[in-house]
Amino acid sequence: MSRIAGCFQKLAEEGRTALIPYVVAGDPRQAFTVPLMHKLVESGADILELGVPFSDPMAEGPVIQLAHERALANGTTLSKVLAMVSEFRKTDSTTPVLLMGYANPVMHMGYRNFANAAVAAGLDGLLTVDIPPEEVDGINGELQRVEMDNIFLVAPTTPDERIARIASRASGFIYYVSLKGVTGAGNLDTVEVASRVGAIRRHSSLPVAVGFGIKDAASARAVAQTADGVVVGSALVNTMAEVIERGGESDAAIAAAASLLGDIRRGIDSPA
Amino acid sequence: MSTSTKQDAYAAVPDAQGRFGEYGGKYVSETLMAALSELEAVYAELSVDEKFQRELDDDLTHYVGRPSPLYEAVRWSDMIGGARIYLKREDLNHTGAHKVNNTIGQALLAKHMGKKRVIAETGAGQHGVATATIAARLGLECQVFMGEEDIRRQALNVYRMKLLGAEVISVTSGSRTLKDAMNEAMRDWVTNVDDTFYIIGTVAGPHPYPLLVRDFQCVIGREARAQCLAQAGRLPDALVACVGGGSNAIGLFHPFLNDEDVAMYGVEAGGHGLATSDHAAPLNAGTPGVLHGNRTYLMQDDDGQIMHTHSISAGLDYPGVGPEHSWLKDIGRVNYVVADDDEALRAFHTLTRVEGIMPALESSHALAYAEKLAASMTPQQMIVVNLSGRGDKDIHTVAQIDGIEF
Repeated sequence: MSRIAGCFQKLAEEGRTALIPYVVAGDPRQAFTVPLMHKLVESGADILELGVPFSDPMAEGPVIQLAHERALANGTTLSKVLAMVSEFRKTDSTTPVLLMGYANPVMHMGYRNFANAAVAAGLDGLLTVDIPPEEVDGINGELQRVEMDNIFLVAPTTPDERIARIASRASGFIYYVSLKGVTGAGNLDTVEVASRVGAIRRHSSLPVAVGFGIKDAASARAVAQTADGVVVGSALVNTMAEVIERGGESDAAIAAAASLLGDIRRGIDSPA
Repeated sequence: MSTSTKQDAYAAVPDAQGRFGEYGGKYVSETLMAALSELEAVYAELSVDEKFQRELDDDLTHYVGRPSPLYEAVRWSDMIGGARIYLKREDLNHTGAHKVNNTIGQALLAKHMGKKRVIAETGAGQHGVATATIAARLGLECQVFMGEEDIRRQALNVYRMKLLGAEVISVTSGSRTLKDAMNEAMRDWVTNVDDTFYIIGTVAGPHPYPLLVRDFQCVIGREARAQCLAQAGRLPDALVACVGGGSNAIGLFHPFLNDEDVAMYGVEAGGHGLATSDHAAPLNAGTPGVLHGNRTYLMQDDDGQIMHTHSISAGLDYPGVGPEHSWLKDIGRVNYVVADDDEALRAFHTLTRVEGIMPALESSHALAYAEKLAASMTPQQMIVVNLSGRGDKDIHTVAQIDGIEF
């Protein structure tokens, strides 16, 4: 069983919802990321999702776009992101880590090279925003070869028959995009989310995590009523960016992110 | 490959997955997949619907002013002393460029799909103006995404779009040029996918855009082919067109692909030269990758990040190219060459002074290469150059180079 599947299974047994923070690797500095990852785990993260910076992050809202730009400006590359995962694994061999990014850097490295490097680094899964099931054949074989989970998105616009098609290619969990829009948008409709998560469950026995538009304990708690996992990205990235912009040190930014994640953890875990 | 097999090959792309060989496809986030499928279905129906085609033809005739002339550049050809050069005068279209052929087609699709709002990306502003124009005519709400840097370079077109009732949205992310405008338009589309039609300006983007933009632009080549036969009694020896995203080039080339004796030259922006990194010539100096929903040749670095590009013409300043061009390059049917900033600028001045036609700086790249090509050919031979747009919008750029401020 993969680390991701094992994690969801354990949480299900405990009746808990997975908390999955997203941060952009290398933002604002490369040395910042591994200590941040450890701190997020301490603060209640079950799975870590690292954004791989890309020059043209089409699915991202302004907050995460800027994080990509900052990471690229200091020279963060896909190879360096994998090195960060490797570094993290030296002292944490249990927390699943997945990368979320765009097709081109992975394709440019070569799917086979990527799969080999990723498994060596201790990575558990990959979510490529712009590789839908129609385009997945090249990479899926390589990921399966190294037993790495391939995480797919399901959107509010995805028809039922497509959900089945996506589910047949997915592993680890299914990531439901909770709104029509970019990351960090503000139009989350939790009733709609519940209905769509139900639709996914009719087609797949994989856990369902929900992301995009979840920014605080209240929205995370609402989504956690129906989802197996909750992804929080823009809110964390923004919290850290604000500290750094005010001239704060790395430690202060990491502490601010940890504090927000802790709040969200308590929100999710508090009895209904 | 036998002739008939080749002909089948040109007609067979894109395939049902939107692929031209290993290029093209649909590399977009899941949220857009349903909208692309819907567009595919609607287009499959309307592209063979006589009433829709009549509506389109009627607009092309009475609104755009088609057919555009095929003009023999007598003095310029005499001056060069080689092949005779004919100009396909897309600059004479309403709004001054070939872009309107496509925006009319897509806006009619939008109308048939019941969309109330259209969005577009623009670099030089030509596609934005063409979109704003057709939105005004059809009473559609229109927002145009344009890089902050391009807004500065193309103030005249920005004002034209505003006069036409469009809102121009300044894009401040990334390199603040055309590719970033396209990112932002995609982000808007993801957010407003229910009521919005995204009018993509070139033969790039996810399937079915490279197909439908090609089909709408093929009117250029169909007319040119018939005009060559009528005016010169023969097909040309060569076709020349500039290639940014490549819509004017594919429009001219495609109807001639089966004419094996017609050579084709797509001219990319050489910028400061291919030896520098300041150019926009992915087919000449790039490698395949994925950007804006399709797999194609790209300007990218060793880590798969999209590189900053440079061209004197904002309309060619794009790191990718339509996937069909990538395929045509690999199979060797079209030759992809470059003209640099200086060569394009010289061609701009030459055509203006010798023929009284002021070409867009984009089209000037095609003219610059055609001049060299013609010189290597005989007066019995014939070249058709796509004069894809007029140069009024570039007067500020040219004046600035000459040290003149208005």
